[in-house]
Amino acid sequence: MKKRNLILTIISIIVLAIFIFYADSNFDAYQVRILNLCAIYTILGLSMNLINGFTGLFSLGHAGFMAVGAYTTALLTMSLAAKEQNFFMQPLVAPLNSIVWPFLPSLLAGGLMAAFVAYLIGAPALRLKGDYLAIATLGFGEIIRVIFTNTQNITNGALGLKGIPSSTNLWWSFGIAIVTIIVLLSLINSSYGRAFKAIREDEIAAESMGINLFKHKSISFMIGAFFAGVGGGLLGSLLGTIDPLMFRFLLTFNILLIIVLGGMSSVTGTIISAFVITIAQEVLRFLDEPMNFGFAVVQITGLRMVIFSALLMVVVLFYRNGLMGSREFSWDKLIKLFKRNPLVKGGTK
Amino acid sequence: MMLKIEDLIVSYGGIEALKGVSIEVEEGKIITLVGANGAGKSTTLRSIVGLVKPKSGKIIFEDKNLQNVKTQDLIKMGITLVPEGRRVFPNLSVLENLKLGAFVRKDEANIKSDLEWVYSLFPRLKERTWQLAGTLSGGEQQMLAVGRALMSRPRLMMMDEPSLGLAPLIVKEIFRIIKEVNKKGVTILLIEQNANAALHIADTGYVLETGNIALKGTGKELLSNDDVKKAYLGDSVHL
Repeated sequence: MKKRNLILTIISIIVLAIFIFYADSNFDAYQVRILNLCAIYTILGLSMNLINGFTGLFSLGHAGFMAVGAYTTALLTMSLAAKEQNFFMQPLVAPLNSIVWPFLPSLLAGGLMAAFVAYLIGAPALRLKGDYLAIATLGFGEIIRVIFTNTQNITNGALGLKGIPSSTNLWWSFGIAIVTIIVLLSLINSSYGRAFKAIREDEIAAESMGINLFKHKSISFMIGAFFAGVGGGLLGSLLGTIDPLMFRFLLTFNILLIIVLGGMSSVTGTIISAFVITIAQEVLRFLDEPMNFGFAVVQITGLRMVIFSALLMVVVLFYRNGLMGSREFSWDKLIKLFKRNPLVKGGTK
Repeated sequence: MMLKIEDLIVSYGGIEALKGVSIEVEEGKIITLVGANGAGKSTTLRSIVGLVKPKSGKIIFEDKNLQNVKTQDLIKMGITLVPEGRRVFPNLSVLENLKLGAFVRKDEANIKSDLEWVYSLFPRLKERTWQLAGTLSGGEQQMLAVGRALMSRPRLMMMDEPSLGLAPLIVKEIFRIIKEVNKKGVTILLIEQNANAALHIADTGYVLETGNIALKGTGKELLSNDDVKKAYLGDSVHL
């Protein structure tokens, strides 16, 4: 059984690779970009779901971690010439002004940097619970952004960074998304994952099981931040330009939307909803443009976000578990589903 | 003496909840602490597990002062708590709950055999292995809480009001299992409002009254004590 499932998983990864190979050469730039965004939002959604869904820490500082990752990756990968062009107000501090790293180590550095910041933030903030934690992390996310706006000689302040080498392609984004999924699934099914869920369910009971609350919360927070940093790095490299305003609360909200719609403790749900929401945000773009109703031309800018906000409200009010709740995709269930169908057909004949 | 509490004084703000309580828990026995609401039963337990800081007094477990031991480390010393109100993990399966009980243990093979033992104690849990704990009945949740505590292979199991909110038949079943667990060598410190049921299975009982130990004796002695009868048992009680 286990062997069969492993083979099926490997086959589907190969199928995905063939699809990426096809998409890479046949899709136009716009479609490729959306697919990249889908994969990046999958990474971001999963990283936030680990913290908010599986460990039950209501944290809203995700955009901050992404900013740390994005800036670290960008500053490490940019060519010396591009750096000189960007930093005309104040020169970039040493040693950043003289090093250029390849993409992968830069991404990892971005992730590690985000995890380190999460460690610093977590030390005081993770002693808080519920709403208070949400407020504190929200504040920290904003503080990171404000710091980035004001450290002219490191981040180039409000001007942002331009000319980030566009290393992100489908192979990178989907490859890292798959690694994230594998790491997260094995983490969740380990004893660490069980401890995370126990903390989410009941802190006092978890503590009396011998679970060190603060240590496990920190681990979850840092791993989540690590992948948020990597996702941020990929995003920066995809867009080619970043500035502090990109990492406002709205970005956190978008990811929160993904995990709430997908199901707060489901990896499968997060993946599906990351794809659906990213594509829907593109498809529904016409809502922001002037619409001709025959008798009048109406333009309501921001209508698109209204739709998503309304959707979020509907889900919170009526489908509190989201798309998948805490259920996960499994080959066994899928095969059962297919095996049952022919039997039903045969029976009705 | 396995656990020794000496002259424990705990105060919440200005009010003393415990005014010098001394309790001795002998290894291999069932010791029960009975008393009315507000007598200080839970406070005693909370000070043992370190959730409240005593003003003065000593809590010694096997020659070790528990004063500065964190709650999470007690389980490694062999002390486990079945908390009041059961506190199972509602959105995790019965199996996951039980595995969490063995969280600090690393001996996989023994954990497996202990799981079988818990299942044999509570066949109901085995039937519901994959069910979410939150969907179990109150009695089943209490069984799960006890089973989860046993998964840590405790030497001292402290139970806070295991009969709370359960039907009399289930209470009887739980107490039968407590005795069975005790026979396997687990010392039990039982805190109960249901004095009748608790004293029936206890080797030693303490009656707590407004922060003081009012009476101490074997379970049988206390059951036949007139004061205890009047205060806790009513006139005609039969289990």
